[in-house]
Amino acid sequence: MGDGLLEMRDVSVTFSSRRGTVRAVDGVSLDVRAGEVLALVGESGCGKTTLIRAILGLEPLTDGSILVEGKPVNQRQRTLRDLRRRVQMVFQDPTGALNPRHSIYDAVAEGIRIHGVAGNEPDLVAGALSRAGLRPPENYMPRFPHEVSGGQRQRVLIAGAIALEPQLLLADEPVASLDASIRGEILALLRDLVDQHGLGIIAVTHDLGLAWNIADRIAVMYLGRIVEVGEAEEVLANPQHPYTKALLSVVPEMERLEQQILTGETPDPSRIPAGCRFHPRCPLVASGEAERLGVLGKCTGVDVELVQRGAGHWSACHAVP
Amino acid sequence: MSLLELRDLHITYRSERGDVPAVRGVSLTIDPGETVGLAGESGCGKSTIAGAVLRLLPKQTLIGGQVLLDGEDVYQMKPGQLRAARWTSAAIVFQGALHALNPVQRVGKQIAEAILLHSSHSKQVATQRVGDLLERVGLPPHRARAYPHQLSGGQRQRVLIALALACEPKLLIADEPTTALDVMVQAQVLELLAELQRDRGLGLLFITHDLSVLTSTCERLAVMYAGRIVEDGPSHDVFGTPEHPYSAALARAFPTIGDPASRMNPTGLAGDPPNPANLPSGCPFHPRCDKAIEACSATDVELRQVGVARRAACIHIPVEGGIDRG
Repeated sequence: MGDGLLEMRDVSVTFSSRRGTVRAVDGVSLDVRAGEVLALVGESGCGKTTLIRAILGLEPLTDGSILVEGKPVNQRQRTLRDLRRRVQMVFQDPTGALNPRHSIYDAVAEGIRIHGVAGNEPDLVAGALSRAGLRPPENYMPRFPHEVSGGQRQRVLIAGAIALEPQLLLADEPVASLDASIRGEILALLRDLVDQHGLGIIAVTHDLGLAWNIADRIAVMYLGRIVEVGEAEEVLANPQHPYTKALLSVVPEMERLEQQILTGETPDPSRIPAGCRFHPRCPLVASGEAERLGVLGKCTGVDVELVQRGAGHWSACHAVP
Repeated sequence: MSLLELRDLHITYRSERGDVPAVRGVSLTIDPGETVGLAGESGCGKSTIAGAVLRLLPKQTLIGGQVLLDGEDVYQMKPGQLRAARWTSAAIVFQGALHALNPVQRVGKQIAEAILLHSSHSKQVATQRVGDLLERVGLPPHRARAYPHQLSGGQRQRVLIALALACEPKLLIADEPTTALDVMVQAQVLELLAELQRDRGLGLLFITHDLSVLTSTCERLAVMYAGRIVEDGPSHDVFGTPEHPYSAALARAFPTIGDPASRMNPTGLAGDPPNPANLPSGCPFHPRCDKAIEACSATDVELRQVGVARRAACIHIPVEGGIDRG
């Protein structure tokens, strides 16, 4: 066991539905260290939200294990309560996540009360609000969510999460619903929490610019699997997996790259294709490149695992030598 | 003739707590086949403009200036003319495709309804056209039988575009058409809009807060702040070398991947957008501006010419010929 704050080994989460088994997360191994931001990147339906819920103990694992500071996440009530103090979540839509009839003070104090955090409650709330950049905190405490701006609401949510002094923060699209000008401020706050207080953060996003802005490492997820993971600069400058390359090519500023717009949307996790799960949308297969490299048979027939391609850089593609 | 011309447009919402000036003197033209981007934060008035073009704002709203569609003043039109203009001159694609579609009606029927109301086509012709439109936006024609909830977010957004194209408008107004979508689907929708503009000479007014999306889709860009255009010009120039400090802050908010300056260094703009009901004095941007000088809180600066096709409203831009025409 390393110094991993969060260690996931072969995590699988499956759901059964009328249409059969849905393998939402299908064998994910991933670590997060204290003091680092991991960007978890992928399209809707790739399983990133299910993975996050599994870390919070909200989804029972079908297979594998998740350890937070060496302690396994399981469904027992007492461990869950302890876990949720150490692992906190910040949701995408701050307006929806706040109770409109609770003052900002109550929104932040709720977690403190539930977990019986030792200390003077008003002081803890004030401390959390000012760490989240709402200063002076007394000005914000009596106000209600509708009386502050969208960016400030997101800060209230972050204050509520860090009031419990968690070790791991899970942020689901933390800036997707915010205005451009506020985006940078919130990202700077998240980065600051990592640098100043040693938190680990998983930022779930489909925004590669966010990853460039704050992430130490990037994990790219496709149909329940990590297809590429590595140091952020390495993955963005030298992407290996064709899916990562396609994602990078559609970032509007990346005009020097030829756009590879994949057709269709993320396929259905209840019908995962045989072989490499990306092959039906893979530009290398479509262009005949895979055939030329002599790997087409493997692409369509053999499942592919993550292979180390360099220092701290793994990818799962048959066509990468 | 321009497809759309806004002449010194002023829009003031009336409310119990007083008047709210949402748009304060905006002039803008769009020619056939041209794509113009309108950028700005929530509350800057950009969606109000979209509504004003087709007279969709609440009745008591005060409108000053002129909105000319194909040379005709929208606010002088008789009801019949307006109804025709709404689908055939200009159509809007709203954000949030789930709310804009009727959840209990098949999408094909919703598109056909627009066609039947605004043309003399028979039902068969309309059905045929629905199929063509869906194919045009990259959906198989048989999806006409789907209900909105059976489609994914990207597919619903395509249906909305098909709906907007039903009566072959010359101008399409797209209000945050890709905001709720995944990157890959966003790229698909942007490509579709670019194709329509190229192949059909469609004029496009593209409204979003995402400057990077506008730059890759639009030829010209206008940046709005507090109900006014503060900078306009060719989009690569505005995004690449912004003249107004606000456009510069917006451009910085979207990092260029690979640019060492933005690595581990997210930049934003301190403060919040101003409340339109209570704007700061002078240049409304001055409380958030890192280049503000004392005069900024007292002087309201109008757009000034910078180079050939560019304008910006900032006190630091020298006035041409030494006279401030504002």
